[in-house]
Formats: sequence, C-alpha cells, structure tokens
Amino acid sequence: MGSISFTRWWIPGFVMAKRKKQGILAVWRRLRRQHAAMLGLFIIASLALLGIFAPFLTPYDPVKQDLTHVLLPPSRFHLLGTDHLGRDILARILYGTRLSLFIGFLAVGLGLLVGVPLGIISGYYGGWLDIVIQRFVDVMLAFPSFLLALSLVSLLGVGLTNVILAVGVSTIPSFIRLTRGSVLVIREQTYIEAAKAVGAHDTTILFKHILPNTLTPVIVQATLGLGVAILMASGLGFLGLGVQPPTPEWGAMLGEGRNYIFSAPHVATFPGLTIFLAVLGFNLLGDGLRDALDPYLKTLT
Amino acid sequence: MNGFAQYLIRRFAASLVALLGVSVIVFLMVRVLPGDPARVIAGLLASEEEVARIRVQLGLDKPLHVQYIHFLGQLLRGNLGYSARTSDPVVKEIMHRLPATALLAVVSSVLAGILGVAAGTLAATHSHSLVDYLISTIVLFGISMPVYWLGIMLIVVFAIWLQWLPAAGAEGPTSIILPSLTLASFSTALVARMTRSSMLEVLRRDYVLTARAKGLREGVVIYRHAVRNALIPVITVVGLQFGNLLGGAVLTESVFGWPGMGLLLVESIFSRDYPMVQGIVLVFAFLVALVNFGVDLLYALVDPRIRYG
Repeated sequence: MGSISFTRWWIPGFVMAKRKKQGILAVWRRLRRQHAAMLGLFIIASLALLGIFAPFLTPYDPVKQDLTHVLLPPSRFHLLGTDHLGRDILARILYGTRLSLFIGFLAVGLGLLVGVPLGIISGYYGGWLDIVIQRFVDVMLAFPSFLLALSLVSLLGVGLTNVILAVGVSTIPSFIRLTRGSVLVIREQTYIEAAKAVGAHDTTILFKHILPNTLTPVIVQATLGLGVAILMASGLGFLGLGVQPPTPEWGAMLGEGRNYIFSAPHVATFPGLTIFLAVLGFNLLGDGLRDALDPYLKTLT
Repeated sequence: MNGFAQYLIRRFAASLVALLGVSVIVFLMVRVLPGDPARVIAGLLASEEEVARIRVQLGLDKPLHVQYIHFLGQLLRGNLGYSARTSDPVVKEIMHRLPATALLAVVSSVLAGILGVAAGTLAATHSHSLVDYLISTIVLFGISMPVYWLGIMLIVVFAIWLQWLPAAGAEGPTSIILPSLTLASFSTALVARMTRSSMLEVLRRDYVLTARAKGLREGVVIYRHAVRNALIPVITVVGLQFGNLLGGAVLTESVFGWPGMGLLLVESIFSRDYPMVQGIVLVFAFLVALVNFGVDLLYALVDPRIRYG
C-alpha cells in the first residue's frame, strides 16, 4: 500500500521535472536558431559586461571635471571625446550602463510584482474584484504611460528612486491586462477542473497551476518592457526630470549635450546611440522569445 | 434599440468612467503631496497670510469630498483653475498652446498612416525578400529609437550641416517638417509592422484567392480586396497608441522648442505650476479618451461584425 502511493506521488513529479527541463532546453534551442534574438542577447550581455567591468575598462572617473579639456572631439586619449565639463564621454556611458540597466530591471520588476498578482486575482476570481481592478486599469491606461511617469515625477520629485517608481508604476496596467487575459484562458482548462475536483486549495491552484502557465507571455512582455522602461527613464533624464547630474545617466547626458550640438555634436550623439542599442537589444530578444516560446503568443502580446 | 446604438452607448459610458477616474487621480495628485499644497503653490518666499489666502481661494480648508465635488463642478464648466505662475486661467493658456500640438499630432499621424501602410503592404507583398528584410529592419530601428535623439540627429544633419531646414521654433511652413518626422517615426514603424502581419493574414484568405482566380490584376487584388480588410486591425493600433504619440509630443516639442502643450507641461513642472500641470494632464487624458472613442466608432463602421457581435 505504502509503496503504491509512493509511486503514484513520485512518478508524476519526476516526469514533470524532466519535462520542464526539456522545455527550457527546447526553447533555448529554438531561440538559438534565431539570429536576430541572438544578436539582441549579445548586445544586452555586452552592455551588462561593459557596465560591470567599467572601472577596469576606462582610466577616467565619470564625474571628474577637467575644464582644460572641454568638448574635445573623439581622439586616441578620449575615444568618444569629452563633454562640456571635460569629462570622458566613454567613461560616463560605461558607468551609465549600470544605472540604465538597474533602473530598467527594478522598474519592470515593480510592474511584475504588482501587476501579475493583480492580473491573476482579477482573472481567476472574477466578480466585483475583477470589475474594480479592471476599471482601475482603464483609468491608468487613460494616461499615456510617459505622461503618467512624468506626472508622478513632477509630484514625487526627481532622483533615482522616484524615476524607478514612476516608470515602474506606469508599466503595471499592461502587466495586469496581459496576465488577466491568459488566466481567463487557463482557468477553463481541464487540468484546473481536475485540480479543483481532487480538492486542491485555491493557493495551490494559483501558485502551482495558474502562475507557471501565465509566465510565458509575461516573460516576453517583461523583456520588451525593459526596452520601454529604459526609453522612458532616459526620456525623463533628457528633460532634466530624471536622475540628476553629475550622475552619469544616458538621457541626462543627451539632454546636456543638446546645448552643444552646433559646436560639438558628438556629445549628444554617443549617449543616444547607446540608448538606441540597449532598447534594440531588448526588442530583438523579446521578439525572438515570443517566437521561440510559443507561436500563439503573437496574438496575445 | 439596435446593436450599433447599444455598442456606442457602452463605449461612451466606458470612456466617461475612465475620465471620471482620471479626474479623481488628477484631483488627488496635488492633495496627497506631503506638505501643504497652498504653501507649494504660493512658493517658499510667500508670507503666512498669502498662504492662508491661497488655501481659502483653492478651498483647501474644506473636507476632501467637498473639494472634489467643487473641482468637478468647475471642470464641467470648463474652469481648470489659475496658473500659479502667471495667474491667468489655465484654460486660456492651454487653448493658446493646443493648436500647435494638434497640428503636430495630426501631421505626424497622417505621415505615419501613409508611410506605415505603404511600407507594411510592400513588405507583405514581397514577404521574405530583400525589400521585406530591409523594411523590417527599419521598423525595428524606428521602434527602438529614442525620439529625442532622432530629433537632435535630424537637427544636426538638416539644420546644421545641410542648412535646409530650421533647427527650432514654429515659424514658416518648413518648421514643422523635422518635428513631425521625428514624432511620426515610432508610429510609422508600429503601423508598418501591424499592416505587414495583418496583410499576410488577409492574403491567405479565400476571397483573395477567388479574386486572383477571376483574373483580376494583382494591383486590384491588393488594393481593393486585401488592403481594405487588412486595415481594420491597424485602425485599432493607431488609436491605442495615440497616447504614446502625445507622450512623444512632449519630448519632440521639447527638442524643437515647438510651442505646444508638451513644452508647456515641461515648463510648468519645472516652475511647480501645479494647476497648469493638472490642467494639461486632464486635457491630454481627455484627448486620448476622445480619440479612442472615435476609433471604436470607426471600427464599428468599417467592420459590421463588431456592431452586432
């Protein structure tokens, strides 16, 4: 008797674990065949490495001013030139990478942390809870996301934490919508009915059956969202409403550089190019993940 | 009541509820701030009497729900309060700046519609050719490009190096070319991407096969049968991303010194002119709701399935 129940419990778990592993490997294999996605991954990984090893890659201090060498064009000594305070642009871009990726990951993390549970609750329980959450999402979506972030920053004030908060909050509604949409589909599946029939608790169903199955579209959305978050954060920085000087931030560098486009266009060119590359990387990877994870997702995200 | 009217009323009600929610948030925006909003509006150098006067003037001495009802009543009468900086009515200043933003948004939308549909159609009819890959690459660039950077680069090339176009301001008919191209870039890419996938879907349909079997010229098949049907989902995308367009307008206006509401918003944030910020955010949300309602309407008109679904 004991041995029978042992097998009954053990085998499905074993099989599931094995299948899950194959699943990740299969996705990776499909992803690897997509050159565009691999290019995206390469760009992001390179930027991350450049950010991490910034102190070893440049001899310059990103905030140290040198007023005898201002607005120098790219040269052997300053590969990307210097800005209006004589700071090395390459060093500032490298250190800025840390900041932009950090903002992006934390902001999207905030969106996930709040949006996914609310979406699951809204989709799974339905009823008045769903109505309340969805009306809330409607209101949030009535604000264009950049304007929402802009309004939040105007209230909370500028600075790193508030930028992360503002950008993060503005990503919440889309995560709620997306998760709710897939929960509505999953909720009707036979395996949920089966779990309910054997008397599984709601928390078990939510965490073991619903959450893992909603993750696929969420991963895609989060990857694309990282690009959007970086764009928004640097947009705030560009307007002077983001991370404040002298912290090396790409958007703020671009904003400062625009005052010198007549005499030294390189000051604005390179930070912008880096933002573009980072966003491009996340977009390439996100599109590739969407195709590799599941073709049917094309209609969901 | 027929299905169309019901559909319209439902969509209209949804827009109203969303706008009401927006008004609550915008109302609370200033009130939830730590500290005294009257002090914030009056400025640090104002005297205690001045702050007290502003508090009474704004009705901040009354309970919150009374304040909101008053706020909503004023809103419905078209009164958005007074600028903390110039003391002029907020509505007056916004109405003064609205035409510039509207012009920029309309020109960019039209540009995005024409260029995006053309590029998407071209990519779909030549799918997996060199043209398709080229267009897809440009689309990806367009989606990933920070608008403010694109704007600056266009200024560097066309205003500084070539000196063909003005770098900033809104004087003369040529001054809108660079801002509208900048603002249109993201939308164009999105419309092109959507048109391509929608066209590929439609081109597989039986009625396209039938049209071809009848011996119609390929041009007629594409334009009369395929594009018209493929555009239905594209309309939704254009509507949904109108909000993004306005967000982009804030940045674009800021790059080009284009005298619209976006520039006014940034200036107002810097000068802590909260009544003005509130007013502009409300007007932007109202415009988004209006455009989305219009899109719902258009959608129902071109696709009868929606009306009776």
